[in-house]
Amino acid sequence: MTDQTTMLEPNFVPYQENDEPLLRVSGVTRYYGDRLGCTDISFNLWPGEVLAIVGESGSGKTTLLNCLSTRLAPTAGAIEYRMRDGSMRDLYQLTEADRRLLMRTDWGFVHQSPADGLRMTVSAGANVGERLMAVGNRHYGNIRATATDWLERVEIATDRIDDPPRAFSGGMRQRLQIARNLVTHPRLVFMDEPTGGLDVSVQARLLDMMRRLVADLGLSVIIVTHDLAVARLLSHRIMVMRHGKVIETGLTDQVLDDPREPYSQLLVSSILQA
Amino acid sequence: MSAHPDTATSPDEGHYNFAYLDEQTKRMIRRAILKGIAVPGYQVPFASREMPMPYGWGTGGVQVTAAILGADDTLKVIDQGSDDTTNAVSIRGFFEKTAGVETTTRTSEASIIQTRHRIPEALLTEDQVLVYQVPIPEPLRFLEPRETETRKMHALAEYGLMHVKLYEDIARNGHIATTYAYPVEVNDRYVMDPSPTPKFDNPKMHEMAALQLFGAGREKRIYAIPPHTKVKSLDFDDHPFEVQKFEKPCGLCGAENVYLDEVILDDKGGRMFVCSDSDHCEDRRSHGHLGEMAADPAASHLASTGEERA
Repeated sequence: MTDQTTMLEPNFVPYQENDEPLLRVSGVTRYYGDRLGCTDISFNLWPGEVLAIVGESGSGKTTLLNCLSTRLAPTAGAIEYRMRDGSMRDLYQLTEADRRLLMRTDWGFVHQSPADGLRMTVSAGANVGERLMAVGNRHYGNIRATATDWLERVEIATDRIDDPPRAFSGGMRQRLQIARNLVTHPRLVFMDEPTGGLDVSVQARLLDMMRRLVADLGLSVIIVTHDLAVARLLSHRIMVMRHGKVIETGLTDQVLDDPREPYSQLLVSSILQA
Repeated sequence: MSAHPDTATSPDEGHYNFAYLDEQTKRMIRRAILKGIAVPGYQVPFASREMPMPYGWGTGGVQVTAAILGADDTLKVIDQGSDDTTNAVSIRGFFEKTAGVETTTRTSEASIIQTRHRIPEALLTEDQVLVYQVPIPEPLRFLEPRETETRKMHALAEYGLMHVKLYEDIARNGHIATTYAYPVEVNDRYVMDPSPTPKFDNPKMHEMAALQLFGAGREKRIYAIPPHTKVKSLDFDDHPFEVQKFEKPCGLCGAENVYLDEVILDDKGGRMFVCSDSDHCEDRRSHGHLGEMAADPAASHLASTGEERA
């Protein structure tokens, strides 16, 4: 990491006090009118922990992720987040300005489709630099140096820094999106099917890179996926959802090797062939 | 600007109300203007009216001018600095006909100056109002197409995106290549599009003695910079804001440090650079300043010395 990014977060300490959760979710419920999105979800996320939310399409995974990341207000329930000063704050009690600041500094959000998370019309360098500029960085040379550094970290050739993401392959776009999110050293990253739509070899490389970055930076991650292999590779803990409810939760290896619920067993047997 | 008598009484059939717009409309626009002045740089929505000219021809500026015009005002209209182009002549004619006000081409004699894309070279005073015609008031528009989002960004002063545009400029061209509609921060708060004036004029906006009003007719927005308000052009620490520089002085009046237009003279590459502010140029020439291409006996002499210098 360059001087600039360290300067940006003078109090940045990779997780150390593990005595308190980073995110405390209690009774989160979301209805779309009469239809149920997800109901009564409660869990704690600890610093440095990677939590995978798995389940079939329509099981409420993305609804839950959107509620957690303040993109969609829950109908009921509370979500508290431990701010950098150590205080637990209810996300939906924060002002919108604070929430948006959180979104672009302390959090990251990796969309399934890179086009949703990137600015497709501006260069890769500007995409990575946007968050830095948003928090007041006004030195072009430093922004560019940081952007170059991050492109290297996500294995994009640095001579592509002035190319727009449109000129990138799908895998490169997804890596660029990750770099763009991590440049402010967030503590919590939400990922919505980050490997969706990529071919298997590109997926493998992306997963490898994500695993390394998560470990290096001590990130907490909530990753939504229907691909149990992704969950297996990345996550420490797993939550299986069905019909808007969490039906099983536990350590990833435990759930995948010895699923308790019939639905989880079905899921595991249907997908995890190897 | 001052009270004008009898305009509120209904005019005879076949006559325009003073300055074309009806009194209620002018009140509505004045309220928007007052709000704009109270919150410098903030885009105030207003119920823009259909005007007897196409969008893009200054319908916003015309409505602002109509709302602030008084019977004893003197109006000047410029288009790209010039008093004698179609847009300027027709808007001047419009207010001569509908308001019967005095018009002038002299910057110093005008109390209201409506402008398309230039600020006069002469220093404006506290007695004057400068009205800008604005095509697209939202500086963030080309980066963020959603109006709901840009409004929120203004409300929360989230202006990082504006620098993304400047970053792109430097990444592609090695310097900030935005030359007009160069974004400014007004009064340490709102980021504003100064309308498509050349960035050469941006420093003139800073602490200007005259009131500056901006009207966008199609986009239905009015904004303002009160007199003596801080206006800062956005830039990077290592790529500071700079205005255009011209190698030669004006070909007609010899003025330096003014904004010049290129005029093509023939199809053999002949060209000259002349003041974009036609009144400024005429004023200088009437005071005996002559450039090297001015049609005056003295000019040949200046031309030769000019060549020697070059």
